[in-house]
Amino acid sequence: MTRKALEHSLTCINFDMIINHPLLGPRDSEEFVYLGSADLINRPNWESETAIEDFHEYQYIRENVAGDNVELWYHEQGDQSWLVVTRSTLTHEIKSVELASDYAKNNGRSR
Amino acid sequence: MIQINRTNNGLIDQTKELSFTFNGELLKGYEGDTLSSALLANNKRLVGRSFKYHRPRGIFTAGSEEPNAIMEIGLGAYQDPNTRATVTKLYDGLVANSQNHRGPLWFDFMAITDMLSPLLGAGFYYKTFMWPKAFWEKIYEPAIRNSAGLGKLSKQEDPDTYDKGFRHCDILIIGAGASGLSAALVAGSSGAEVILADEDFLMGGRLNSETDEIDGIAGHEWAKNSVEKLKSMGNVRLMPNTTVFGAYDHGIYGAIEERSHESRANKEKPRQVNWRIYTKRTILCTGATERAIAFGNNDRPGIMLAGAVRTYLNRYAVRTGENISIYTNNDDGWRTARDLNDRGVNVVAIIDSRKTEPVINIEGVRVIINADVVNTKGRRALSSIKLSNGATIKTDTLAVSGGWNPNLHLTCHHRGVPRYSDDICSFVPGESVPDGMSVAGSANGTMVLSKAIEEGHNEGTEAARGLGYRVDYTEYAVTPQVEYNISAHWSVESGSNRAWVDLQNDVTAKDIKLANQEGFKSVEHVKRYTTLGMATDQGKTANVLAIGVMSENLGRTIEDTGTTIFRPPYSPVAIGAFAGRRRAKEFYPTRYSPSHKWADEKNAVFVEVGMWYRAQWFPEPGETFWRDSVDREVKQTRSSVGVCDVTTLGKIDIKGSDVSEFLNLIYANAFAKVPIGKTRYGLMLREDGMVMDDGTTARLSENHFVMTTTTANAVNVYRHMQFCHQCLWPDLDVHMISVTEQYAQYAVAGPNSRRLLQKIVDHEFDISNEAFPFMGASEITVCGGTPARLFRISFSGELAYEIAVQTRYGDSLMRAIMEAGNEFDVVAYGTEALGVMRIEKGHAAGPELNGQTSAYDLGMGGMISGKKDFIGYTLGLREDLQRDDRMQMVGFKPVNEQDLIQAGSHLVNLENEPTTENDQGWISSCIYSPILEHYIGLGFIKSGQNRKGDIVRAVNLLKGSDVKVEIVSPHFVDPEGERLRV
Repeated sequence: MTRKALEHSLTCINFDMIINHPLLGPRDSEEFVYLGSADLINRPNWESETAIEDFHEYQYIRENVAGDNVELWYHEQGDQSWLVVTRSTLTHEIKSVELASDYAKNNGRSR
Repeated sequence: MIQINRTNNGLIDQTKELSFTFNGELLKGYEGDTLSSALLANNKRLVGRSFKYHRPRGIFTAGSEEPNAIMEIGLGAYQDPNTRATVTKLYDGLVANSQNHRGPLWFDFMAITDMLSPLLGAGFYYKTFMWPKAFWEKIYEPAIRNSAGLGKLSKQEDPDTYDKGFRHCDILIIGAGASGLSAALVAGSSGAEVILADEDFLMGGRLNSETDEIDGIAGHEWAKNSVEKLKSMGNVRLMPNTTVFGAYDHGIYGAIEERSHESRANKEKPRQVNWRIYTKRTILCTGATERAIAFGNNDRPGIMLAGAVRTYLNRYAVRTGENISIYTNNDDGWRTARDLNDRGVNVVAIIDSRKTEPVINIEGVRVIINADVVNTKGRRALSSIKLSNGATIKTDTLAVSGGWNPNLHLTCHHRGVPRYSDDICSFVPGESVPDGMSVAGSANGTMVLSKAIEEGHNEGTEAARGLGYRVDYTEYAVTPQVEYNISAHWSVESGSNRAWVDLQNDVTAKDIKLANQEGFKSVEHVKRYTTLGMATDQGKTANVLAIGVMSENLGRTIEDTGTTIFRPPYSPVAIGAFAGRRRAKEFYPTRYSPSHKWADEKNAVFVEVGMWYRAQWFPEPGETFWRDSVDREVKQTRSSVGVCDVTTLGKIDIKGSDVSEFLNLIYANAFAKVPIGKTRYGLMLREDGMVMDDGTTARLSENHFVMTTTTANAVNVYRHMQFCHQCLWPDLDVHMISVTEQYAQYAVAGPNSRRLLQKIVDHEFDISNEAFPFMGASEITVCGGTPARLFRISFSGELAYEIAVQTRYGDSLMRAIMEAGNEFDVVAYGTEALGVMRIEKGHAAGPELNGQTSAYDLGMGGMISGKKDFIGYTLGLREDLQRDDRMQMVGFKPVNEQDLIQAGSHLVNLENEPTTENDQGWISSCIYSPILEHYIGLGFIKSGQNRKGDIVRAVNLLKGSDVKVEIVSPHFVDPEGERLRV
């Protein structure tokens, strides 16, 4: 059994959550792939003097949030959009869902 | 065969006789029976042996809480251990066997463990088997495993099928007893989509077990009428035989539908269906479970819960004995006496621990108030009981009631903590229940029937209204109000006699006391130390009783003692039900390339690569060893021409005005200026600087690119690219889609590849070396007008092309190429030959791209562009990733050319022993090169790029090989790349 197949079978055992996709409506989280904190959107500037330190933070340092966590989910079995989901890690309550591209633009990402 | 304990009436069909066997004995029961009611009808009182002490045990309950009557059902591979007889619907031909005894059930050789019980108290594993240490694995553990335990697995593959299903509703009502039906009637009338699920095959809950009247008719009649009414509503779905076992997030519930009785008659049918129910509101109407009282030797067959005695009597028309006594601390126990008396069964005595007036006056029954049962007698079944007042009473059944515990399990699935209620001497749902859930009836601690009906009605109304449905139906059923009074009473001082709390795991009041004395004060600790409540019944009859016993021991209130909470599943769920149809071949989808059928016709041996089936080699007649085929495929390709199906490579179609810029950001090498009509090799890094994947990207027109990825990483690379675009550079004009399955692609390699393709490619397209040089890319047509894409790229190191057509032409193209290649003696080659040629050429692949290798390690540091930002640039510059003494990829060949190098061998210097400390690296890929006629390998060794010519040992301790190898360039064949460009 490949690792991927095993992962896939395990996600199917899980009874998942419902993510209210901004374009497609409520979808079972089984359709999604989870990545992690939406901080990954804030990729540092490669030309900064502190680039190595900045990228080190960006790549390896994560808050372990007890409460609202802003995180990235990918609708792989759907429209392939990346979503920014605000989810409480304590209750799994999902407080907002938006397209990652909108979120990224609002946070200053462009090209 | 007479069912000597069967009486008249009951909610069974006494005209439909069913045959079954118990321990090989042929017995009869009726349609509507459970296995346990049929066993009791046949006077089978001893049905099993206990887990630890091998004590004789009988049926204790009539529902899913059963701790004793767990059996092996079915034969051979169908045998299913630990099945509760109380919820197993009887079917014709059912085979049941009791478990955990050696020798016959009535004389278990292992019953000697009961005499050793002083040694086997709480924590006995930890205390007894500590010394000597080495004995644990070889002696103690096997001995314990042999003696303790439950049923046995068949050790064969589960032959049953299981299904999964999905249902959606507005309101899910769990439990179809009085309050559940009441809630369903009103919710259904509002027009809301309602699902009513119940674990029993007969809806009605306790109404089927009791003699209450509702709306002037028998309670079970009212239940039946209500079910009929609900069935006629188009918006209500009834799910009998369905246990809702878990409350998950956002209104998702897991439920298991039991259909064994059906699947035994028709093996095509699923045995169980695992439902996922999506709901907006949930009303929990799961009722309550009775508990016992801990007194001396309270585990003999014949001692059962008082409510169960009524269930067997009223629902199944089975009297559980000839001379029955009642022992109770609450009003409810008296109803058992009344019902038995009404049905002409002899009630010997009612013993009530309370100082109370008789709750019900029953003529001719001895009533003993303010007394306890302190001990019992009877070897294989109860014969007499001894009371605290010294009296001994001959009786064959003792119906015990210690009160009722709400079935609030599902309220805890989001970590809600139950609250203790003095009114019912048990726990009721706490403040925090899962979102959208409300609780009604005895599950909520409402033990009075009339109030439970009202509560169900009110919750049903509120749920429907809350969702915007109009509720006009305001009448709910009426029933005489019957009080429920109880005094807390947990255990009885029983001297040296053991008083069981958890029957299934053989935990006694003494064990709990010992645990408390040894310092275990928290419920959670006591539970784990004594194993209380950790058997397959999850302590449904034991947990609350144990908390009561603990609070007595510690002189604390129940509130201070606290409670454990519950997690899914409510009752055991077969693993098979979680797998559903995803087993064996259906575990994940199987992907076939479009020319799979062709390959199959050519006797290809297939290998699974991820989900794909790829041809590994194509044996010809007379070839008996795989390498005969592979060597031939390589030699023929290198000497003339070969064809390989590379459809499985990931293919991504990319369009937009900013694609060049985008590719330049995701590839480590320069990509800003790829000319139209050219393909470029691309190296993709992760942000940490390690190599993620490699492939090629061709520019077909100004704004149109086609990328290939490795087969293994196709999904990850596409996901990564979507991330880079949507999350990092959202304003770039880039659009992409995976077209892996839309295109069939074939590598045509070898010195005759161009001549072959010239016969396939339509003549208006010039593919001569001048017109279509190395790394060319073009949209063309083949075979008289079929659109195709041609790339002049090579993995084998030969003059080679990859040609792609739409999937539906893949099979035809393969056949056309093979036919056109006849004159060149074309050969089809599989993944083995592909691997041989890429190692001969020194291309890194999966074994080398293991996530720990940088571009520098792979000898591709020179490709890295220093003038741009790209994923992996900054962290790839970290000193450590560029050190010269890192493990670097090089080639290896044996010093003695006859030697075989094993992949996975570790490398040590000649003078060193093969130990972890001396480890210098490893061989990652290794093959026999039919061109060089000896083994060659790729691998990693410290400072490898500066050690060419060094000799080291390649040691594989697992395979017992130790050979001398020389470090060489990884490019074994055509190192200058001349063949690519001719």
